[in-house]
Amino acid sequence: MENRLRVLRAERRWSQADLAERLEVSRQSVNAIETGKYDPSLPLAFRIAELFDLAIEEVFVSPSRRHSGAI
Amino acid sequence: MVTTSSAAWKRYNRRLIWLSLIYAAFLVTAVYGFKHQLIPAGLRYLVAILPALPIIGIFGAIGRYLVEEQDEYVRMLMVRQTLWASAFMLSIATVWGFLDNFGLVGHVDGYWIAVLWFFGLALGGLYNKLTIGEAGGGC
Repeated sequence: MENRLRVLRAERRWSQADLAERLEVSRQSVNAIETGKYDPSLPLAFRIAELFDLAIEEVFVSPSRRHSGAI
Repeated sequence: MVTTSSAAWKRYNRRLIWLSLIYAAFLVTAVYGFKHQLIPAGLRYLVAILPALPIIGIFGAIGRYLVEEQDEYVRMLMVRQTLWASAFMLSIATVWGFLDNFGLVGHVDGYWIAVLWFFGLALGGLYNKLTIGEAGGGC
């Protein structure tokens, strides 16, 4: 799933390891989510959004909206 | 292999080491006992299955790890590996069973099923590596 995680992380000058520590997951998890190889569960997606003080849809791009050209 | 250092992963590794040591001890005991006819008739079945118990324990340890692992991505990698292991093992066993049934191959001891499963676990790690760049754990 497409997302803005890499941009949001870079804005805060966090490494993947920094973000992983804040989310209490492995660095591999952060990398997999950033690169769209893994879609996080809803609870983890909420944790990520809350960490950046954003709504989920401001971090992750809805696949259905993306395909319909709404975004 | 994922370089995870989660508490669940460390516990899993500790369990794996202990179970492997117990397996070696039980196997040596059973083989030595039967070879030198030291096992009383009433204990033969019990001693014969001794080496199987820690192997079953390893299956349990993998299940325990999947329950305890808090990192959902790492857990998913291990789940994929175990599915690969099961599919590989069941496929080979089924094919071999039919070949054996029609007399085309020799009969194989049942414990090779477990060996096939662990080999399948490694194949699952390879599949993870090739498809999403991380091997996963447990092998």
